[in-house]
Amino acid sequence: MAQLLEVIRRRMPRMRAQTAQVDKPTSRRVPPQPTPVDIAPDDPLVAYFLDTPGAVELDRLKLDSPALRELKAAGVAIAVPLVSQGELVGVLNLGPRMSQQDYSSDDRGLLNTLASQAAPAVRVAQLVRQQQIETRERERIEQELRVARLIQQTLLPKELPEMPGWSLAAYYQPARAVGGDFYDFLPFSDGRLGIVIGDVTDKGVPAALVMATTRSILRTAAQEGQAAPGDVLARANDLLFPDIPPRMFVTCLYGILNPHTGTLVYANAGHDLPHQRQEGGAVELRATGMPLGLMPGMSYEERETILAPGDSVLFYSDGLVEAHNPASEMFGFPRLMTLMSDWTDTTPLIERMLNELASFTGAGWEQEDDVTLVALQREKLACAPVSLPDEEASDDGWQSLTAFQTPSAPGAEREVIAKVETALEPLNLPHKRIEQLKTAVAEATMNAMEHGSHYEPDRPVDIVVRANPAAVSIRIRDTGGDQEIPEAHTPDIEAKLAELQTPRGWGLFLIKSLVDDMRVTSDGVYHTVELIINREGEHHASQNL
Amino acid sequence: MPARIFDAHVRQRQPRVAVIDLEGEINAFAEATLSAAYAEAELHQPKAVLLNFSQVDYINSTGIALIVTLLAKARKAHINLLTCGLSEHYVEIFNITRLADFMSVYPDEATALSAPAAEAEA
Repeated sequence: MAQLLEVIRRRMPRMRAQTAQVDKPTSRRVPPQPTPVDIAPDDPLVAYFLDTPGAVELDRLKLDSPALRELKAAGVAIAVPLVSQGELVGVLNLGPRMSQQDYSSDDRGLLNTLASQAAPAVRVAQLVRQQQIETRERERIEQELRVARLIQQTLLPKELPEMPGWSLAAYYQPARAVGGDFYDFLPFSDGRLGIVIGDVTDKGVPAALVMATTRSILRTAAQEGQAAPGDVLARANDLLFPDIPPRMFVTCLYGILNPHTGTLVYANAGHDLPHQRQEGGAVELRATGMPLGLMPGMSYEERETILAPGDSVLFYSDGLVEAHNPASEMFGFPRLMTLMSDWTDTTPLIERMLNELASFTGAGWEQEDDVTLVALQREKLACAPVSLPDEEASDDGWQSLTAFQTPSAPGAEREVIAKVETALEPLNLPHKRIEQLKTAVAEATMNAMEHGSHYEPDRPVDIVVRANPAAVSIRIRDTGGDQEIPEAHTPDIEAKLAELQTPRGWGLFLIKSLVDDMRVTSDGVYHTVELIINREGEHHASQNL
Repeated sequence: MPARIFDAHVRQRQPRVAVIDLEGEINAFAEATLSAAYAEAELHQPKAVLLNFSQVDYINSTGIALIVTLLAKARKAHINLLTCGLSEHYVEIFNITRLADFMSVYPDEATALSAPAAEAEA
């Protein structure tokens, strides 16, 4: 029997039959070396083998087939197709008989029997081999995903920065395929906080490596908070551009928060716009700029917003807004805007968003992309009642109407004047006097918070409202008693309009203009401004200025 | 009473008069929005810009400073800055600060637009 040469693998783009150089009769018996013969799927020989089961003597076969020519050239005398379930899974190729005689009908019968038994076995072997290859590929991908996850999780912040009067929360849930989301906090020595959120295109290890690089570049470019956000992104873009793999880029938002003033200065390299929740609604924080790594020499618009007490900002990645429900609808920006506008802080912001996402996508949702959320919230101010010293209640017939403390924070004066207005209601003062007093109290409170307490939350401002039959007194006390008290000057509006003076500097002037008397005292610890208005008649202060 | 969102929208009312509708509180938080609205109004190269305060319920000293800044810009560009819709209290503030010496104060938009300060310049 001639040597069985080889079988071909199923599902290869081109079938590869292997044959052997046939020994010449005079040569020594050397094991035949298989010579691969490729059979293209559309070669007429394939159709012939499928249509004509059984051993085929190639010399008798007349087909315009490249594979047939190749097999003949390789010395194949007889080919036996291996067909399993209507599929050609291999071919047994045999050279001439060693005896130089033709193959007999018995030989062909034997070969056909062998082929009918070998074909299913070959098929099973092929399936097992295919499964082994797929398993190895799955393991390789899983390993890659584990590495990508490890890189990401190692580089994400382990702890959230703590800032008095603020709360920060973060959520990161990688998709199975692990995208390139990241966020970072950069606490600067002067108390400001850098906030980064970004997303690298692509997934897996390449995205994780670019994310790691971007994170390092941003940390360096931030220069301890000395560099402005727009400059940081421009620098990061120029550093990233030469080395980023083709067709990859990074969207990224970088902001610097001043927790004392509530100011957030930010620049955006093509990242989804953060949403700011304010009293009465929500707004997008817009700033334009190209994603990092696309083109060198880009500039980034820098914008600024102020978070008032009670305001929140949500930074997020596209895994949230591009999530789909079973009806293939997208979560989308309008839904996010509505949620932000309607949000009340009875439920934490991130929890609220995740609840909405879960109910939108439904059970069994296969997460399409990483979901990253960072929520920044400035705590609401709460004016707290304070007890009065004994003399306050009995001093010259003064009756206390209210006494409370307010935290020092921009915007807190609005709460103060609302409480003062409520306290004065029983006195039925003329509307005009109330309005004058409100403005004066607002300005005095702002001065106390800014210049006395430097907007430090643990240095509150005390407010005491008193009345006697002739007048109303409001005392505003801060802890800046060791500081020099500035004189109230009449602002020179001509100089301000000519830009020779700062446009600011109206506070003390307004206070003195709107009340009948202003008394300022300082005892080295406390600094107190007392505003007096007469309950009857017009006030006279402004005429004296 | 936390701060209300400040918003500003620009309208063209006459060929060369832009109206900026202001809404909310004019304080430090309003700076970026107010500045952007004024820049938008300036794009039309108006002869006059009318600040409509009818939906403004609070202006503090920082807000006054922002208006002074706008007024300085307008005077530099020879744009007549007008106001309308101020409450009685803020008309008093504009008088005390002498802002009213440099920008005409009208009770409402119609009066402002028909006034010589808008018409003559427009």
